[in-house]
Amino acid sequence: MRKSENSSRRQFLGLACSAAVMGTVPIVTLRPSEATPAMLASAIKNVVGAAVVQTGRVKIDVPPLVENGNTVPMTVSVTSPMTPDDYVKSIHVFNEKNPQPNIGNFYLGPRAGRAQIATRIRLADSQKIVAIAQLSDGSFWSVSADVVVTLAACTEEVI
Amino acid sequence: MASALINVPKKAKRGEIIEIKTLMSHIMETGYRRTATGELVPRDIITSFTCHYNGVEIFRADLFPAIAANPFISFFTVATESGKLDFEWIGDKGFTETASAAISVE
Repeated sequence: MRKSENSSRRQFLGLACSAAVMGTVPIVTLRPSEATPAMLASAIKNVVGAAVVQTGRVKIDVPPLVENGNTVPMTVSVTSPMTPDDYVKSIHVFNEKNPQPNIGNFYLGPRAGRAQIATRIRLADSQKIVAIAQLSDGSFWSVSADVVVTLAACTEEVI
Repeated sequence: MASALINVPKKAKRGEIIEIKTLMSHIMETGYRRTATGELVPRDIITSFTCHYNGVEIFRADLFPAIAANPFISFFTVATESGKLDFEWIGDKGFTETASAAISVE
């Protein structure tokens, strides 16, 4: 019957699936406690305080699909004239699911000329990245980006 | 040993916006990884980076374990005057490293 015809392929797929599951199990058990959306919110509150965060003006440039979460290139830019009266004071980058919600704080000034920073970050899982910029008038602007990570950072063993 | 790579244009026109790229060799151990025997590897990261332009701070960054190993940081500044850019990295376990670059502004 058809069953016997397909059985080897089926067996192989079954084996491959179980192998994949076995492979991921240690990673799951080794993963340290994740930052939760609540931790993300409190980390943002530490920076922003009681101010209202508006959406826009900030841009995150990050690949939407990342093979290796250990080093993910990221560029954050803010639309600003960068004059002594109107400039970006700081850029704060957060994540949702790394062990810690913070990624980095970057302090600029009117002498920066262009409100743009670039670095390489680690991502422990597919998740949302949030960038918040504080302008010289005290207003906060934010944007978020979603990244899919196939190989997570932080979870591998040290040999 | 730790060492820095810095990319600053040697020459710039006055008022020109220049990009500064820095790379510091550092393991950036997160403090969340475990050895095969299950012990946590202690955190060892660079926590702070600053750049001074002729003694005036123009850029500063707080780094967290989520910054990848061998931290790469790039930012911009306006070329105002000839002089020196000083870079400093400070981290766990007493890590400090400095570097500088000269720029001539016409």
